Amino acid sequence: MSQADQVEQARQAGRRTHHFHGGLRLRHNKKISCQNPVVPPPLPELLVVPLLQHAGDFAEPSVSDGEKVLKGQVIGQCQPCAAIHSPVSGVVEAIEDRPMSHPSGQPGPCVVIRPDGQEQWVQLNPIKDWLEASPEILIAQIQDCGIAGLGGAVFPTHAKTRDGRERQIHTLILNGAECEPYISCDEMLMREQPDKIILGARVLRRALGAERVIIAIEDQMGAVQAALTRSAKLAECKSISVVKVTTIYPEGGERQLIQVLTGLEVPAGGRPSDLGMVCQNVATAAAVADAVVEGKPLIERYITVTGNGVSHPRNFLALIGTPVSHLVDASGGYSNDVARLVIGGPMMGYPVASDDTPVVKASNCLLALTQRDIVAPQPEMPCIRCGECARVCPATLLPQQLHLQIKTGLWDQAKEYGLSACIECGCCDYVCPSHIPLVEWFRYGKGEQRKRVLESEAAELARKRFEEREARLLRVKRERAEKMALRKQLLKDKAAQQDRIRDSIARAESRLKKAGEQPDDA
Amino acid sequence: MTRSFDTGGAPHLPPQTTVAAVMLQVLLALVPGVLAYTWFFGPGMLIQIILAVVFALLFEALMLRWRGWPLKPFINDYSAVVTAVLFALCIPPLAPWWISCIAMLFAIVFAKHLYGGLGQNVFNPAMVGYVVVLISFPQVMTAWLPPLALADYSPGLMDSLATIFTGQIPVAGGWDAATQATPLDTLKTGVDAGRMVPEIRSAPIFGDYGGLGWEWIANWFALGGIFLLYKRTINWHVPVAVIGSVVLLSLPFWLADPDSNPFPLQHIFSGALVLAAFFIATDPVSGCVSNRGRLIFGAGVGITTLIIRRWGGYPDGVAFAVLLMNMAAPLIDRYTRPRMYGE
Repeated sequence: MSQADQVEQARQAGRRTHHFHGGLRLRHNKKISCQNPVVPPPLPELLVVPLLQHAGDFAEPSVSDGEKVLKGQVIGQCQPCAAIHSPVSGVVEAIEDRPMSHPSGQPGPCVVIRPDGQEQWVQLNPIKDWLEASPEILIAQIQDCGIAGLGGAVFPTHAKTRDGRERQIHTLILNGAECEPYISCDEMLMREQPDKIILGARVLRRALGAERVIIAIEDQMGAVQAALTRSAKLAECKSISVVKVTTIYPEGGERQLIQVLTGLEVPAGGRPSDLGMVCQNVATAAAVADAVVEGKPLIERYITVTGNGVSHPRNFLALIGTPVSHLVDASGGYSNDVARLVIGGPMMGYPVASDDTPVVKASNCLLALTQRDIVAPQPEMPCIRCGECARVCPATLLPQQLHLQIKTGLWDQAKEYGLSACIECGCCDYVCPSHIPLVEWFRYGKGEQRKRVLESEAAELARKRFEEREARLLRVKRERAEKMALRKQLLKDKAAQQDRIRDSIARAESRLKKAGEQPDDA
Repeated sequence: MTRSFDTGGAPHLPPQTTVAAVMLQVLLALVPGVLAYTWFFGPGMLIQIILAVVFALLFEALMLRWRGWPLKPFINDYSAVVTAVLFALCIPPLAPWWISCIAMLFAIVFAKHLYGGLGQNVFNPAMVGYVVVLISFPQVMTAWLPPLALADYSPGLMDSLATIFTGQIPVAGGWDAATQATPLDTLKTGVDAGRMVPEIRSAPIFGDYGGLGWEWIANWFALGGIFLLYKRTINWHVPVAVIGSVVLLSLPFWLADPDSNPFPLQHIFSGALVLAAFFIATDPVSGCVSNRGRLIFGAGVGITTLIIRRWGGYPDGVAFAVLLMNMAAPLIDRYTRPRMYGE
């Protein structure tokens, strides 16, 4: 199918749903955190805002120690990344390295703010007439307000939107299919704030220049569909449709969701925009609505605090920078047998060693697990090539082969077998009877591959440089030789000329002599 | 107050299964077939299974110790037990005890551990063990007793033990009198001698569509195989390809000349074909990884078996067919990589 045909088919997205390969049906465990309405937790004593919040580089702090900050004031700048804002009014206590809630587990620079409890906002600049405003202005506002993908990848929203605009998007997909077990923050947001999501969807649609919006939700989300549909009707927005998709992990993955909605696959190495689509999380849309219509920067988000390790699982509207221990306290504290603390869901989340880790823009869930939930670590056995991993792989890879190739350093083969297409969903890990940490291997393999690409690029550069240097040296040498030859020639010419002069002088002299010898009286 | 936590990697969910559980499931699926075997051929088979398991575990433990690997997880994974049971199901029930010893030596030490142990073997260990003893001791390995229903002599537990450990059979006329050709043997020698298949098949050792007794053993193995399919321990591709290719290839021959070619069901329900289709050719370690590869692998096993049965020197060729296809598996894998997402 040509790309134009694919784009045409993608326009029909959502008419009926399709399937993707593999995946897992997991126990949901979502209800336990959906019982109570979402509330903000009490104001914490100290907020720690990491300066690395988005996919990209560290932000440069734009405040200093002891400075008074207002709620919503920019405290970190990062071009072309999104800005970071103070979640409260208060005083900057320090800018120092602290645990920063990142899969690496490494500490990094954070702005530590002690709130003064005044909740004094900075001057906000809403775009009241956003329906009239140009897309460029909307995109700039999204950037200024520090909006990033809240589904977990935290890719700066303005960049995705601008790129989408340039690439002629027809459909905006709002991803409300949070397929990982336990996580319910998007579901709660859709239940409680459908109007805001619809508003955000309209703003994003305008900024993108898209024709229509599809909000994808899971079939198990009950009242959500009705709420969203009602809001869309209220907004008199016919271009927004709500589509239910079957709950199979990882159908909330961008590529899987697009396959479910269109029956098409995003080309390998390509992006959804190749099909004329852009995917954003529903929470991102809500944040965009806040940013554009109210001028509010992204300083808080819905986060699920759940698992058997906490007393009262629930969702919070937490300020960015709130230590997770504070959220646990607000949900009744730990149970006695808590063993592991995970940021994110049980499939793709990362464990944190201590609970002074702060909430960041990417944190959708805090999962406290007991020993019973995780079971003692199993010994890793050799791969028996049972192929379960290949059966569940949503990218239709052969994880068992990739594992072997990475282990034995067959990098070219690993590339051929699609290592870079792995979405690290963890399905293979979960079903592996030998308990091989496959995703860890794949991350390592991808890192090695990147390194090898860089190395080969560097080698290529060095080779080029060497060749150019050789050529230059050769050229210089040749030029010098030519010059030398020229000069020699010149010298020779000069010598010849002088010889000729000498000769002619001699001839003249001899002539003179001859003339002198002749008697005058002759 | 800050606390610290354990930082094990994702997924943060209890593991779904273990290697041992997979192997146990295979063993469980073999139970009906083994019981049927005992019913038709007496308790000798059970003794062979025990012998093979003991030797297999012994060699496994020795090799693990020699290689400096931990004993517990690898002894407890039951993979050696599966190898032993599959091997024991292929040999005559009253074969002498040292047959198991030699076969397990080759299966566990040579075919498994010298190739790198669990998951690394190129060849199916059970079949390697079987083929080694089949080639080395053809007389012993073809000394099959007829099904109990046809036998003048039906050995009990003690008699079987005595025979296995002493090599003597308490029958007037000894082994020659007690043993009988298997249905596949009878068929092969009959066809080679120019007799008609229907005529050959009128002998009492043939049943409704396979060998008497054998066909029911095969049925029970198939039942176990279907259990494995249901549990998704094995994929349908290999069994369907093995049986399907046998049917597809033998059907035209039989239709063209039913007098010198047995009908497809006869092929399937005699010898070790069903056992191989569900339990031996499905061994993931020495098989293919992709579904397309598995289909080719299975078809290769089926076709090679038929070729050996028809033109080869052995009445049944399943073991050779499996080993030959094991050799081809990496090559098949290279050419059957599934299409990746977005490719």
